[in-house]
Amino acid sequence: MADNLLSIMTFFPLLGILVLLFIPRDNGGLLKGFTLAITLATFAISLPLAFDNVFATSGDMHYREFYEWINIGNFFQMNYNLGVDGISLWLVMLTTFIMPISVLSTWNAIDKNIKGFMAMLLLLETAMLGAFVSLDLFLFYIFWELMLIPMYFLIGIWGGQNRIYAAIKFFIYTAVGSLLMLVAIIYLYYYAVQSGANMSGFGIEEFYKLDLPYNLQFWLFLAFGVSFAIKVPMFPLHTWLPDAHTEAPTAGSVILAAVMLKMGTYGYVRFAMPLFPQALPTFIPYLSALAVIGIIYGSLVAMMQEDIKKLVAYSSVAHLGFVMLGVFSLNLQGLAGGMIQMVNHGISTGALFLIVGFIYERRHTRLITEFGGLATKMPIFATIFMIITFSSIGLPGTNGFVGEFMALMGAFQSNLRWYAVFATSGVILAAVYMLWVYQRVMFGKVTNPKNENLKDLSAREIIIMLPLLLFVFWIGVYPNTFFSKMNPAMEKMLDQMGRNEVAIVEMHQPAAVEHGAEQAVGHGDEHAPSHD
Amino acid sequence: MENLVQEAMQNVNLQAIMPSLVLCGFGMALLMVSVFSKRGSTAHVAWLSLVALVVTGFVALSGWNNPQAGFAGSVLYDNFAVFFSLICLLAAGLTILMSDKYLHREGYPVSEYYPLILFTTAGAMWMASGIDLMTIFLGLEVLSVSLYVLAGFFRRQVRSNEAGLKYFFLGAFSTGFLLYGVALLYGVTGTTKVDGIAAYVTANPAAVTNTMFIAGGVLLLVGFLFKIAAAPFHMWTPDVYQGAPTPITAFMSAGPKAAAFAALMRVAIVGLDGLQSEVSSMFWILAVLTMTVGNFIALNQKNLKRMLAYSSISHAGYALVGLVAWNKIGLSAILFYMLVYTLMNLGAFAVLVLLGKQSEENLTLDGIAGFGYKKPLLGVVFSIFLFSLMGLPPTAGFIGKFYIFAGAVEAGYVWLAILGVLNSAVSLYYYLRVIVQMYFKSPEEDFAWVSINAPVAISIAISVAGVLYLGIFPNTVMNLAKLAGF
Repeated sequence: MADNLLSIMTFFPLLGILVLLFIPRDNGGLLKGFTLAITLATFAISLPLAFDNVFATSGDMHYREFYEWINIGNFFQMNYNLGVDGISLWLVMLTTFIMPISVLSTWNAIDKNIKGFMAMLLLLETAMLGAFVSLDLFLFYIFWELMLIPMYFLIGIWGGQNRIYAAIKFFIYTAVGSLLMLVAIIYLYYYAVQSGANMSGFGIEEFYKLDLPYNLQFWLFLAFGVSFAIKVPMFPLHTWLPDAHTEAPTAGSVILAAVMLKMGTYGYVRFAMPLFPQALPTFIPYLSALAVIGIIYGSLVAMMQEDIKKLVAYSSVAHLGFVMLGVFSLNLQGLAGGMIQMVNHGISTGALFLIVGFIYERRHTRLITEFGGLATKMPIFATIFMIITFSSIGLPGTNGFVGEFMALMGAFQSNLRWYAVFATSGVILAAVYMLWVYQRVMFGKVTNPKNENLKDLSAREIIIMLPLLLFVFWIGVYPNTFFSKMNPAMEKMLDQMGRNEVAIVEMHQPAAVEHGAEQAVGHGDEHAPSHD
Repeated sequence: MENLVQEAMQNVNLQAIMPSLVLCGFGMALLMVSVFSKRGSTAHVAWLSLVALVVTGFVALSGWNNPQAGFAGSVLYDNFAVFFSLICLLAAGLTILMSDKYLHREGYPVSEYYPLILFTTAGAMWMASGIDLMTIFLGLEVLSVSLYVLAGFFRRQVRSNEAGLKYFFLGAFSTGFLLYGVALLYGVTGTTKVDGIAAYVTANPAAVTNTMFIAGGVLLLVGFLFKIAAAPFHMWTPDVYQGAPTPITAFMSAGPKAAAFAALMRVAIVGLDGLQSEVSSMFWILAVLTMTVGNFIALNQKNLKRMLAYSSISHAGYALVGLVAWNKIGLSAILFYMLVYTLMNLGAFAVLVLLGKQSEENLTLDGIAGFGYKKPLLGVVFSIFLFSLMGLPPTAGFIGKFYIFAGAVEAGYVWLAILGVLNSAVSLYYYLRVIVQMYFKSPEEDFAWVSINAPVAISIAISVAGVLYLGIFPNTVMNLAKLAGF
């Protein structure tokens, strides 16, 4: 077990930038190739995490690194404090996995200022990985804010028509939320210090142990929660998302959807909920209601979009609603469903943005009405698009099913039953908008002469999609690979969230469940956490 | 009065004023050098001034952990003074580095410019080490008089004339306020020493409600608030900042401001400690007003110098937050923030110095469209300064703001901290707009006139290295700032 694996993984892309600076700016191929190599190497560095069985046996933090960073006597102290557990494991893997795919997607799409683009991608990777593995709130905040800068440039420089508006909106929206969180972090720290806790930094585990009065938890949860809700994004704070997604270049949209939105949901699971468990029951009904509204509203708006990319963007709002609902059900099924759905959304929505990118590169339009009958011209594309569509809808056998099913199941078993009833309608709506767009774009006769000569996917494009397809089915058929390593950490986290709580949920013996849900739930029962 | 003079003469401790003495000595010598130099040759004076600053820096450093008091308790050269002296010296050094080519470009290659900067800096150092209101006033005047000249240095440019004149008139008024305040305080307490005033208040708690005492204290503070450009005493700032030579604008926004903060902190926290709740709540309002006015007016500026002028007003507001906190964290935070602000603001101005054509009509938002593509390195560096001014990690601007707001929250001023971060959010917009112009617009100009010369490059390199170093490894300097607080 490498002692500094997390540091090496996190800062490897940053080192890549230093080398990148010395590659001539007009050598686009080399720049792209080098960046691809760096992201692949980062993925390789992170692979031992995925194969490490320690996550299946212990829900603690592993691969820890701890160095004193800032220590100003009795003023404050911050540490370089890293670690990974079952909750962050798959998000870290998702990040390192999606990055090479995003780089590959830029091969033909980006032709101006390639050097800058690649540098921004690598900086973004460092920031995202850093945010997932930081265990010191201050360090987390630094990485969290750092993510904004590269994404701002990605949207603003390489984006579409309306890119400047979208970039500024994205930046200011997210920054306002995080600035309030910053005050909350500072307040939390000084509250802890002044109430006599012996804080050796902004370490998250030390904050977990605090016993904060309800009133304080309420306000701090609000500050953290709003910040994360903007990032998720939850209705009604989602308005930056369609703009940012639509204007961003394909690679930017993929990363935004696959990883950056997960920062919000991860923030809830890692920070807002376990830090302020007593405030949690107060907020859950409202947040769950917003999640359900997000599901239905996102689906309905997606249905009416004429631009495919906007459609996918709004579908994100809906998908993230399922994640939040699962997480808020505060039981193992729900949390597992929410967590796996984060990964699923990363894979299927990432793939959908790539698909939109493929046809955009061919036709330079994304309007649904411009297409029709592509299936006859692009059979491979049609197949892949079909599989991803099914995954996005949540057809059994694909990853989307496992996640949505378990999230809804968790919600049914908790006191969010009625929310789950309404949320389930979102599954149907998803089928409506996805199948409808698929039908309009792919089926029928080719009516637009411009579509007559479209080429099917190139080898590069197929290579991009294959790993994603692999995980669509892997998670769909045998999710236990993933659940087994998440469960111990999730149980620990549920204990933390349920602290001071009298039986939030009763764990029912689940009825016969198909596919992976069964295994995960079965696994969960062996370690059934006590919530009293 | 004669007693006072005699007392002071018995207490001579040249070590306590040695840094200023050295700097003034260099300044006068360089004035003579200028007289005997060929007209239009200025570079040697510039380099000699830098040597003077470095030598003074070492002299100043000898006072670290070795406090020197002298002149009957009117000067105290302690860690606090050392820290501020070094900030002023740094500001002066960066300013001189970016000046030489600039003076030639604008057609004023006059070497007296440099000794004037040295005198200003000496005045600033006096202010930081003064613990007698008269010493502080003396420092303030030395600083101001040189600055009036520097602001109007381009004597045939109307804008520069306007800047000089405006600064002079309003500066004179504010000095009047300050002296009036000193007189009133002397009338009540019978002393001009800062600690003497504090001792008087401790002995006579009733003084706190004495109208004359309060009026004196307020007038005194107004004098300083004018220098740090806190709203509503900021009206002079935009015109003076826009009209003055760009390096002088940069210098004004950092060095004299830091000195005025030093004096303000001493006077408020040591002298007016008895009035803590009143003064602190006054600063509360002023801090919010200053941040808000600065940020909201900056939103609508097209001229970059003017925008940075308003931004500098808002940064004075952030620093005032540390003063409201009135605790050790807040005080050290101001020290740290002044250093950070000096680095990032002078860095940004150094880029503007390079970017301007003669008479600088092109320093507008539209004038820099696509700049980032034509001059990639300068573009990246300018962006780093802007992100630091926004207060985003991993730059020093973030750490500085964190330190300030930590002080406020620790003292219980959560709302002030919230208003502060919301103000930061507003400021994002106008800084981002510069980046939008630099990177998101296509270049209309070739920016061929932008040529990087070594001195400016050094100045920018120091600033950017400082901004990143203090943003990622702030520990050492933060601890020094802690030791420098009193």
